[in-house]
Amino acid sequence: MALDTVAQAVAHPDTAQPFKELGLKPDEYARIKEILGRRPTSSELAMYSVMWSEHCSYKSSKVHLKQFGEKAPKSDALLVGIGENAGVVDVGQGYAVTFKIESHNHPSFVEPYQGAATGVGGIVRDILTMGARPIAVMDPLRFGPADAPDTRRVLPGIIAGVGGYGNCLGLPNIGGEVVFDQTYLGNPLVNALCVGVMRHSDIKLAKAAGAGNLVVLYGAKTGGDGIGGVSVLASETFGDGGSTKRPSVQVGDPFVEKVLIECSLEIFAEDLVVGIQDLGGAGLSCATSELASGGSGGMKVQLDKVPLRDPSLSPEEILMSESQERMCAIVEPSKIARFLEICTKWDVTVTVIGEVTDGNHLEITWNGELIVDVPPRTVAHDGPVYNRPLAQPEYINRVNAEVINVPMPKSSAEIKAALLKLVSAPNMADKSWVTAQYDKYVQGNTIQAQPDDSGMVRIDEKTHLGVAIATDANANWSYLNPYQGAKLALAEAARNIATAGARPLAVTNCLNFGSPEDPGVMWQFAESVRGLADGCLEMGLPVTGGNVSFYNQTGDVAILPTPVIGVLGVIDDVRTRTPMSFTQAGLDLYLLGTTHSDLAGSEWAFLHGQRGGNSPEADLQNEMNLIEVLLAGRSEKIFTAAHDLSQGGLAMTITEMVLRHMVGATISLDDVANDLLSETPGRVIVAIDPTQKSALTNLCAKYKTPLTKLGTTGGDALVINETSISLPELKTAHTSTFQKLFG
Amino acid sequence: MRVGVVTFPGTLDDRDAARAVRAGGAEAVSLWHGDADLKKVDAVILPGGFSYGDYLRCGAISRFAPVMTLIIEEAKKGMPLLGICNGFQVLCESHLLPGALTRNSDLHFLCRDQKISIENINTPWTSSFTQGEEILIPLKNGEGSFQCDDATLKLLEGEGRIIARYVGENPNGSRNLIAGITNVQGNVVGLMPHPEHAIDTLTGPSAQGLGFFTSILNALVK
Repeated sequence: MALDTVAQAVAHPDTAQPFKELGLKPDEYARIKEILGRRPTSSELAMYSVMWSEHCSYKSSKVHLKQFGEKAPKSDALLVGIGENAGVVDVGQGYAVTFKIESHNHPSFVEPYQGAATGVGGIVRDILTMGARPIAVMDPLRFGPADAPDTRRVLPGIIAGVGGYGNCLGLPNIGGEVVFDQTYLGNPLVNALCVGVMRHSDIKLAKAAGAGNLVVLYGAKTGGDGIGGVSVLASETFGDGGSTKRPSVQVGDPFVEKVLIECSLEIFAEDLVVGIQDLGGAGLSCATSELASGGSGGMKVQLDKVPLRDPSLSPEEILMSESQERMCAIVEPSKIARFLEICTKWDVTVTVIGEVTDGNHLEITWNGELIVDVPPRTVAHDGPVYNRPLAQPEYINRVNAEVINVPMPKSSAEIKAALLKLVSAPNMADKSWVTAQYDKYVQGNTIQAQPDDSGMVRIDEKTHLGVAIATDANANWSYLNPYQGAKLALAEAARNIATAGARPLAVTNCLNFGSPEDPGVMWQFAESVRGLADGCLEMGLPVTGGNVSFYNQTGDVAILPTPVIGVLGVIDDVRTRTPMSFTQAGLDLYLLGTTHSDLAGSEWAFLHGQRGGNSPEADLQNEMNLIEVLLAGRSEKIFTAAHDLSQGGLAMTITEMVLRHMVGATISLDDVANDLLSETPGRVIVAIDPTQKSALTNLCAKYKTPLTKLGTTGGDALVINETSISLPELKTAHTSTFQKLFG
Repeated sequence: MRVGVVTFPGTLDDRDAARAVRAGGAEAVSLWHGDADLKKVDAVILPGGFSYGDYLRCGAISRFAPVMTLIIEEAKKGMPLLGICNGFQVLCESHLLPGALTRNSDLHFLCRDQKISIENINTPWTSSFTQGEEILIPLKNGEGSFQCDDATLKLLEGEGRIIARYVGENPNGSRNLIAGITNVQGNVVGLMPHPEHAIDTLTGPSAQGLGFFTSILNALVK
């Protein structure tokens, strides 16, 4: 194909262009022509098509996401908010922490290992780009039914990919989720979270300021992988037929990324960059247009200088390639020599590809010929915005009206059978088969990891300052009531931080939904965003950034609305955290919070094929009171252990507590079946030394938190009223499921 | 006393090994793979990770790094040298130790707390332990299955060169439950699990890994 230059575009305005194949709608194509005053060149068309894709432009979600700004609570902790590569939070002592969660759902279905691996790689580069050393990752995952044949294809590959990439980068994996549901069969969810730490003064931004500064591309060479990943793959539903789209999946090389991290941190430490951007979705199109529009406004790039793995790539392909492990830096000419020296030390390929200019033109040449001349802002930020139609789906009233009808265990034998069924269910079972494939020790700062309520890492070895992170979603509740579901997920994640004694500080989110072109899905999305924004405002937690993944839909089957909420908290001394379980007998066990009959959306209902009823309503005032109890209980050294109640209710929580160190417990419950299986939010089990009773009572009175004595620790069995289950039997039930399913 | 910790491209546990050296009482000195300079260190640790991405074979490329030429030379003269995980693989590729580390028998990366018994306390890296002492330290690798031919195995067993064995179920298919071995002179030790991640109970499953680092200090002070 002949080179399509700006001159060609002017001379031949009527050349037919494949905008539809690139995922652009006719009106979007017309808008591009209007912006440019001519037809775009094929390179310009390539850039607009990837940058205006749903994945990059948030065109369907923007109108809703702005609530996170409008309803933002006042927070002194927020140093960098939404809009940059990741939000940054002040955690004290001069430290800043950045964290973000992103999806890599579609690629992981097509090619599980590489899809998941590059999902980790992408979010790690986002964190690095802020100037931070990445210190941990987490991965909330969702799959089709555990025994489905395709799950056996997808799950082992995804786990191996998350582990293979993260382990090789030297990042401890400190938590996540593994959840199974029929609706994820054709659309597994791979969300990846990364957290990084830096000093306040080291924060970097994506801006190309200062005319005459150099545009430097460093890292891996550019290849033909992942071309159009954001537009062709992530912004469409999967159909039954069609091509496999495998060339749209990126291929990762974690060794190159590890070297890139160390090289970049050395460059940052010497303050050699003015601005920096990683190359992720939409590759060079994204990096150049975002850097330019974030800075002086213009940039000149010689595209033929980009080092290539495949010399046959066309300019359009180079602009769209999502080859991994690449970074783009803006460097002052006086600092370029040292920059190149550090890259050479790390054997990192580095090339000056252009320079920053004044004005409003992003000009890209290919062997001297002008092939792109666009206002960068129109590519990066002025994409289309859709106010898509939304309507409450018909199922809502129908399922909300359903009455839950599940067997409730009464006799001792029934209680035991119910407990064993619950703790061995795939959603509830021990996840060691998964987490054993992840390195949780590397870097030597991991304080908590799965199966703890939250992941916790130390960030200062001398002062013992640390951060804790939890991610949660309850798609069953979101299905019944997306507004409440989002609030409840937020509350749960915050509670999971607080059980250890860390104070929740900030929120990130990964909103996974079906097709935005379905008004019902769009309503689920809008309600979820409204719920999360309202919840964050009420709890005083700013949203620092996030990610939207639409089109998680195969044919008519959309996934359950799955807003994954990540909450970050800070703890002044990790040595004094409250652990999730106890190692000794003779402690008293208490339930904080009240148990209602909340079986709708519960794991027990799910296990009996029931999906109806009404979700609980989030009572965030109660949740915040409970958090204060948990924080004070830690700092006043009242608790020996604390563990959150969530999916699987009290039955799951007490099981996890007794199995952690194989120390049993004896508890008595009034309404045994409901007390065990109900999933009323806002509850925690704490273990205390009996001498702390009055301190606990006073604390709960102060924060108006109900308190019920459950029993005591000790023995080699879990005893619930008259029912006794030996710990080995309970452990076998809880720990053998994954081994049986996935070998 | 100066203990060098080598960083290859792709090394991960270098900062952890340095922390453990300091916790054991010695000075940790960073060594760069590309430097032909050992900075007057008294002993060297090759830490864990994925040096050169584990491409070709684990440790196969690192073995040719400039710094390794000097390390191999000094080790042959008796300098204490410990290879942990990927470092153990480098030692095998360098032929300072016999055998090879192959994929775990279940073909998965495995990270878990592993009990091992210390079987030889006569090396500069294990003298702080008691014979047969059982310790709990992290095991984390994808290629940790120690393999060698029968004659080598017999030699290792006969000469007491197996310095640590896995206790309980074999985690990775290693022959004779081998977790670590030493050379004929006893100065070079390769160990698959990670003692540097068990130097305090806050971040590790125990503090029992510290023994490797107090051992080397004692050996150097003598």
